[in-house]
Amino acid sequence: MKKIIRMRDMADNQAGTIKKVSATGDMGRRLREMGLVRDTPIQIQGRAPLKDPVAIKLRDFVLTLRNREADHILVEVESSEP
Amino acid sequence: MTKKLTIALAGNPNAGKTTLFNAITGARQHIANYPGVTVEKKSGRVTHRGYDIEVVDLPGTYSLTAYSLEEIVARDFLVKERPDLVVNIVDASNLDRNLYLTMQFEELGVPLLIALNMMDEAASRGIVIDVKALSGMLGVLVVPTVARSHQGIPELLNKVVELAEKSKQWNPGILSYGSDVDQSLQEIVTVIRKSQLYDKNYSSEWLALKSLEGDQQILSLIKSDEAASREIEAIRTKLYRHTLNTLDEEPEGIIADHRYGFIAGVTKKAVKRKIESRLNLSDRIDKVLTNRIVGPLLMMSVLYVLYEFTFWAGKTPVEWIGYFFGLLRELVAAFVPEGTLRSLMVSGVIDGVGGVFGFVPLIMFMFLAVAILEDSGYMARMAFMLDRVLRWFGLHGNSVMALLIGGGISGGCAVPGIMATRTLRDPKERIATLLVVPFMNCGAKLPIFGMLIAAFFATDQARMLFAFTLLSWGFALLAAKLIRSTVLKGPTTPFVMELPPYRLPTIRGLLIHTWERTWQYMKKAGTIILGVSIILWAMMTFPGLSQKELDRFESERLRIKADFLASPEVMGKIPNERALTDLDKLFSDYRKAAQKDPSAPKRVADHPLLPVVKEAHTLIEGAKDPGKRNESARPLASAYAEYRQMAVEIGNRENEAALEKTVAGRLGRFLERITGAIGFDYKVNIALVGGFVAKEVIVSTLGTAYSLGSVDPEEASRLAEKLKRDSRWTPLRAFTLILFTMLYVPCFATLVVIRKESSLKWVGFSVAFNLIVAYGISFAVYQGGKALGIGV
Repeated sequence: MKKIIRMRDMADNQAGTIKKVSATGDMGRRLREMGLVRDTPIQIQGRAPLKDPVAIKLRDFVLTLRNREADHILVEVESSEP
Repeated sequence: MTKKLTIALAGNPNAGKTTLFNAITGARQHIANYPGVTVEKKSGRVTHRGYDIEVVDLPGTYSLTAYSLEEIVARDFLVKERPDLVVNIVDASNLDRNLYLTMQFEELGVPLLIALNMMDEAASRGIVIDVKALSGMLGVLVVPTVARSHQGIPELLNKVVELAEKSKQWNPGILSYGSDVDQSLQEIVTVIRKSQLYDKNYSSEWLALKSLEGDQQILSLIKSDEAASREIEAIRTKLYRHTLNTLDEEPEGIIADHRYGFIAGVTKKAVKRKIESRLNLSDRIDKVLTNRIVGPLLMMSVLYVLYEFTFWAGKTPVEWIGYFFGLLRELVAAFVPEGTLRSLMVSGVIDGVGGVFGFVPLIMFMFLAVAILEDSGYMARMAFMLDRVLRWFGLHGNSVMALLIGGGISGGCAVPGIMATRTLRDPKERIATLLVVPFMNCGAKLPIFGMLIAAFFATDQARMLFAFTLLSWGFALLAAKLIRSTVLKGPTTPFVMELPPYRLPTIRGLLIHTWERTWQYMKKAGTIILGVSIILWAMMTFPGLSQKELDRFESERLRIKADFLASPEVMGKIPNERALTDLDKLFSDYRKAAQKDPSAPKRVADHPLLPVVKEAHTLIEGAKDPGKRNESARPLASAYAEYRQMAVEIGNRENEAALEKTVAGRLGRFLERITGAIGFDYKVNIALVGGFVAKEVIVSTLGTAYSLGSVDPEEASRLAEKLKRDSRWTPLRAFTLILFTMLYVPCFATLVVIRKESSLKWVGFSVAFNLIVAYGISFAVYQGGKALGIGV
């Protein structure tokens, strides 16, 4: 079973595939140029001491973004429920 | 006749661009600013196969949109300066994202050559790249390199020359971005071709593409032709509606998707992965260094160790430099007759510049430490960990860099600190950051801090300094919060940042980094501060005392001399004035020797009056070891000690009277009306006025104020001792002065940079705001301390 959730709600070390980046304007451009585009596999690497920002691994590098930005990214993950 | 070539180095941040630049150009580098902006323009030269090649290091960017200052600068350079070739540094271990920028160079159409860097790192991660296939699919020549170890550099230069010899035309390579976008692109190109926008600098295809991407710079360029602009706007709106309806995506997103799609196609064929490494070394280090509990603790420890390292390593060279300037002072005193010229050379030039140069080693080690943090990749982790905290104060994780360089770990400098704010994209966050950077304890403030701490808080100096660092962070953050919730209200910007892999910094990179910044500091010492020292010296020297007043002090001096020679203890032992002059000389020799080696001043030539001098020295300086006292020499010694102290006192009164008469003295006195409430007298005021220009000047001016025209040059060197003995100086006053120095107006050089980075309005704001904050806090501390009886 696969389901689509917000990046903010992903657990540490959870992996998934980006399905949509809904940010527009400068933020959207920034997210895209850093490689956050549709069908990109990502994995949550960890979070800063105060749980924000989040570090993700994609395309051989580590990117950090705030939860507020992660809200704009929808990720398809394996559902834990059967 | 050598042929000239200009090549531009471009690439993502952390792709090894600076290392490659250093490897190519060696020490032949030149730093300037791009016209009108403070983005650094580094260029260097290399000669290869009869070509004189100028290499320009463009700022590291991820893209060529008009999003940040760096991107605009890079783009403008390419379009307007038209370099013969662009060498695109691509990180082989992070190919996909690096090629995104490459795609944009191809779209722009610049003559391109790829340096596929960090081949070793890619190999160690099991990434195998088929260079030929990559080159073929991209249509660009690719040279594999390892810039750190200079591998592939000669091959790269060979290819540079080869490509440059085939005079290449700009050749925009526009991809396919899907039928909808492609069609709109064609339409816009047609509009541009028949309009006045048709421009030899930009290709029509590129202009069309950028307009669809919503590039502000290009859109405003298009606006210059109203008719065309209207047509293009219509095409854009139509496409926008269409793609949003059919694909639920903006054209901009679609274009990015297609670029990455093309890249994925290329890497699929050209890259093979031997091992699917889940966690590489860097990731494993991060599991510890950014751990929720261990991370912050380690970060504090790293900062603390940096302190200790800087002071430990800097101590000895600082002493050497102090010794050198001491020698210089003695040399001048020996060869230049007493008078205005000697005073100018000693009090104006040597003390002023010496005070600053004495600080160079500390600055140097601090810059080295900052360079290690930057080059290793740890600085980015600090930004990552602190972003949440800084955001609460209205700042951004990247503000950390500016604050740290600006003096967050003491020894920085606000000038590069403020320049580092250009990594912040939001103007409000950027201005808020650059306004609070001057609150940090930059290297220039350290001499006055160090002197006051040594004099009044001698028992725990390192801890005191650490406390003042924490205080400056506190003030800076609270001020940021205040600014961001009033004059610069607004939301925070995205924190989308790369955490580059940990890398061992190269020695060469560190040295170049450190040297560049140290050199800037030294240039400042040699120019601005030298000038200011001389002006302040003049302000503190002229107009001076009238002949009548000078005569009055002179006659007072003659009277006590006569009284001393005529007193019963002295009669017969010191027959005349010449003998007294000899005794004075013997005394200063002895004291000089005693200062160098308190236990046994052996180097003083034997003299019948030596026991008297010894005893008098003990009486004046206070004996640390009152063991052997020479009873027979006692009466003469105590009479001499008394005479000496009276003579010094007359000298001090004369100096003070003279200083008060001068331009600076009058200004300082005038300011006492305001600064009296925070415990500063006119001497401190003079020093603080000097500090307007450069903070280093504070300590040297204070030194001059307490020593100018001093009878005994030895006394000038021990300002801390003097203040400690002066009953008007209390620990509370010293503490208040440190706080005031920490917070009041940025120095002249900083204001110039603030002006460049923002506007005159913010320069005015900065001066007024900082003065008010400094005065308010000093007032609260000083009056509060007095009322509670703390440190008085």
